[in-house]
Amino acid sequence: MLVPNDIVSAFEAAGFTHLVWIPDSHLGTWESALRGSRLAPLRVCREGEAMALAAGLMLGGAKPLVVIQCTGFFEAGDAVRNVAHDMKLPLKLIIGVRSERASHAGKSGDNCPKFAEKLVQAWELPHVRFDPTEADVAQLVTALNTLTGHGAASAILWAE
Amino acid sequence: MMTHRDALEVLVAVRTEQVVITTMGSVAIWPQLSDSPLDFHYLPSSMGQGVPLGLGLCFSQPGRGVIVLTGDGGLLMNLGCLVTAAQFTVPLYTVLIDNGLYEVTGGQAVANATRTDFAAIARGAGIPRVYECDSRAAWEAVAVEALTGSGPVFVSLKVQGELGKPTPSAPRPMAEQITRLREALG
Repeated sequence: MLVPNDIVSAFEAAGFTHLVWIPDSHLGTWESALRGSRLAPLRVCREGEAMALAAGLMLGGAKPLVVIQCTGFFEAGDAVRNVAHDMKLPLKLIIGVRSERASHAGKSGDNCPKFAEKLVQAWELPHVRFDPTEADVAQLVTALNTLTGHGAASAILWAE
Repeated sequence: MMTHRDALEVLVAVRTEQVVITTMGSVAIWPQLSDSPLDFHYLPSSMGQGVPLGLGLCFSQPGRGVIVLTGDGGLLMNLGCLVTAAQFTVPLYTVLIDNGLYEVTGGQAVANATRTDFAAIARGAGIPRVYECDSRAAWEAVAVEALTGSGPVFVSLKVQGELGKPTPSAPRPMAEQITRLREALG
């Protein structure tokens, strides 16, 4: 199982220059590791803001990674559309999918997993699924390489 | 009370090497006053996202000031952006064009039109320097001070609401604007 320091180190190694985020109960466990890294998080108030902040970073030559929960991704749809399809900037997202593991185990009726996949498809974002409880560092590196390898906007659906 | 055009005429006279991001109604006026490669007309846009776009540019281009022209309708869609900006010491200058209207959609009133104290909201968010002007003369008197030095800065300009304005369009396609801006930023 991956620990926060592994995850943050992999983000750094992938070449990201900034991390824009709103934590949830899963993503928030990375906070200590992020604080000690060069990817000190840029905290925003709402997920649409995260997309526009990332767009400004990209306009100026930076390589941001946006890390949010899927509920915020749902809220941020218009900003995602604008950055990915109007501006055609290579927005890179890690979207925490709330209750994904519990749903697979039949222990949750949360509809977040169902709609996360549908919404990512609706915005035409190439994506991979990733479960940090079943993966090692090498598999995370592979997922990040896939994410960064797309010339356009893309996402990792991160199981929570 | 000044017009929207008055407000931008004052701005163009004092703007230096800062990036200027225009949104909505300002997209229709600013190209008549300026054609700098550091002008970025955020259209097509996601309404309310001009300020965070400018904040991102501040981070990726340290030391380069960024002026964002936003309307009251746009800012109301994303008031949290003032709190986000207030966390950082960056040369981000947000200039609010407060006309109480959704001008480009036909002039419908925004929520709580003319009663919202945006300067107080900016102060409450923690923006360290806030200016309020309701006339061209007042804006001319503070513009140089407001748009230089440490930021973030918030400038609230009360302007006349004007009806019958056409829907604005950017003078260049988005892809061309992005290329032009990046070349200018170096």
